[in-house]
Amino acid sequence: MAIPETKEAWAAAINRLTIGATTAQGGTRKSTVTVGGAKCVPGLAFDGDLGEPPAVAVEVWDVPADDWPEELAGQYGAALNKPGDWAKKAVEFGADMICLRLMGVHPDGGDRSAEQAAATVKEVLAAVGVPLIVWGCGVAEKDNKVLPSCTSAARGENCLFGTITEKNYRTLVAACLADGHKLIGESPLDINMAKQVNILAQDAGYPLSDLVLYPNSAALGYGYEYVISILERGHLAALNGDQLLRQPVLCNVGAEAWRTKEARAADEEVPGLGTAARRGPLWEALTATGLMPAGADILVMRHPGAIALVKQGIKTFMRAG
Amino acid sequence: MALTGLEIYKKLPKQNCRECGLPTCLAFAMKVAAGQAGLDTCPRLTEEARSNLNEASAPPQRLVTIGEGEAGFPMGQETVLYRHEERFHHPCGIAVRVEDTLDDAGLDARLEAIGQMAFERMGLRMVIDLVAIDNVSGEAARFAACAKKAAEKLNKPLVLISGNVAALQAAAASVAPRRALLQFTEAAPGEDLFKLAKEKNLPLGLQADSLEALTALAEKARAAGLQDLVLSPGAAAGPAAALEFLTKTRRAALQKKFRPLGYPVLTYALGSGDEALIAACWYVLKYAGIVVVDTLEPVAVLALMMTRFNIYTDPQKPVQVEAKLYAVGEPGELSPVLITTNFALSFYSVEGEVEAARVPSYILAVDTEGTSVLTAWAADKFNAETIAAAVEKSGLAEKVKHRKLTLPGHVAVISGGLEEASGWKVDVGPKEAVGLTSYLKQRWKAE
Ligand code: SF4
Repeated sequence: MAIPETKEAWAAAINRLTIGATTAQGGTRKSTVTVGGAKCVPGLAFDGDLGEPPAVAVEVWDVPADDWPEELAGQYGAALNKPGDWAKKAVEFGADMICLRLMGVHPDGGDRSAEQAAATVKEVLAAVGVPLIVWGCGVAEKDNKVLPSCTSAARGENCLFGTITEKNYRTLVAACLADGHKLIGESPLDINMAKQVNILAQDAGYPLSDLVLYPNSAALGYGYEYVISILERGHLAALNGDQLLRQPVLCNVGAEAWRTKEARAADEEVPGLGTAARRGPLWEALTATGLMPAGADILVMRHPGAIALVKQGIKTFMRAG
Repeated sequence: MALTGLEIYKKLPKQNCRECGLPTCLAFAMKVAAGQAGLDTCPRLTEEARSNLNEASAPPQRLVTIGEGEAGFPMGQETVLYRHEERFHHPCGIAVRVEDTLDDAGLDARLEAIGQMAFERMGLRMVIDLVAIDNVSGEAARFAACAKKAAEKLNKPLVLISGNVAALQAAAASVAPRRALLQFTEAAPGEDLFKLAKEKNLPLGLQADSLEALTALAEKARAAGLQDLVLSPGAAAGPAAALEFLTKTRRAALQKKFRPLGYPVLTYALGSGDEALIAACWYVLKYAGIVVVDTLEPVAVLALMMTRFNIYTDPQKPVQVEAKLYAVGEPGELSPVLITTNFALSFYSVEGEVEAARVPSYILAVDTEGTSVLTAWAADKFNAETIAAAVEKSGLAEKVKHRKLTLPGHVAVISGGLEEASGWKVDVGPKEAVGLTSYLKQRWKAE
């Protein structure tokens, strides 16, 4: 009996989007990152064009990460005190991009000023040649004060800025339009809200093709199946032609995985489960591994061991040939 | 695929005799279509109609059970490609491989380790599902002896992996009456293999390096009267090829109702390297019925079990616990009172930390319809009033002498309101459950 054809006839591909600009493109980056482009269920070359493999962005903060467990903080050592050095370490660890999180501008986290934040953006841009994601502190009023200084400090570099939400988008949309940056639209694990944020950005004059979706994240064992289902629904809708869900998707893997007991606990708290040096990176890597088949395009990560493993997995499952 | 009520009705006797317990044949047809009644309850159905209906209404992917009864491991009968479309039904089995080239001491130690591997998570005890004995030696006697030992030592369903029919026969006999899966690894099984599976009523695993070849094998086995089949791309298939195999068989079965591929799939993720673990993770997520692994590293096995647990939860139902007061350890009148929601994940994270800290405590799971702390707070289901009402109802006032509640750090903003609404003092605890151990040991005080 002949086997029936199981390849799907997808109507559309995930948007292809490039972050970073080289000297020739008006920036100073040594490399750029392109994500998206898939016209198939992730990893299935027989189903259609695989597009670009997922990219790994590595987290750098503007202030030392004081709540990172020893196993994680130890990887960066003294570099945690200087964002530029931290970013260099991240590149050594395999970062395709840096994800600079402005934790220190949070009113309760240091309340750093717009000038200080912009200086940190410049410091990181000067330290490394990879493209940059810049992520606000999440407090709308403060981000609206700080992020425009950062977009102009990084003018021409074609960064990815985040995040805009349903409630707070106008300031950052205007700043990114003016300074030529890509944007992350954030939604709380809700596919309609994800579309809504895109509509709002579009109505404010921002092109859908320059947006990245951030539908929020969770770790393996801690509800990541909700994320998987949101990602899968979005990816399938996009392949079926939904313009409002065709954006590449970003997942905050490291931040979620390092909240878990499996990654954080001291060895004596989880007897029989091995050393922290093994548990943490493994949990981070396997969290990322679960999100990739569902459609994650940008994985924001932390631990060098996890980064290496995930890159290996990308090579095995997400690249043609 | 399931037939509609009308399609079933057309084949019924249309006598409205009520012998099935329903008022009309149409009502009966609707029940059958909904899976709430079996065809057997209509005594007047003709044999021909019965077999027609049975064939047409058989699920597109067959349910195959290894072992039997309570101890049996069911797999297959999946209905969707993505969990959001409905849910996945029969969790992928984690099988740990045991090579029959191990010496006796090595064999004992490995079986022992497999039996002892267990984790408590989300109120469940998670263990290794199956043991896969691999006939690496090529010898029938050694293979049979290993299988026998595994059957004696462990009450787990068995997979017998071999390319040698005589070896399979010997091993199957040595573990009888256990219904082991015969996983045949050669491309050209003969009538003797089919005969063995048929006579002993054992599930049979077939493998081939192309779907075309496998389809031909499955058709031969079906023609020989075998129904409980398992399909495999084999241990030599690369990860990308295995993923393609898994996806194509699932799509062919579910979307195209292609019977020869309508069976659960067994994949291998062998070796002790992390590439094997990553591959195993993909297979669990994408359609495997069984994954055979070598690793016995606890954290790796736990990660696979959690991956499996997560992906097989029902997306329609948040996993929740009963909203009530729980006592962990033997709390007394000066023990802490920790507030959380009845979302299973929140509750079990808190419970796990309290147990680890060995500080007996009360945990009050507030009814948030199974949503997490932040989600429930955003939806106004976890606020000063709902928490105060739950405290009142719990009878805590009689159980503890102090008047102090510990609130999750994420909702510190409601602490003032809660103090007012409840009349209790509120202590803002850590944001994540993982911070509770040090909180309970170092920070918490009754007064
Ligand atoms: S027993 Fe059969 S014939 Fe009689 S009413 Fe029920 S379905 Fe109809």
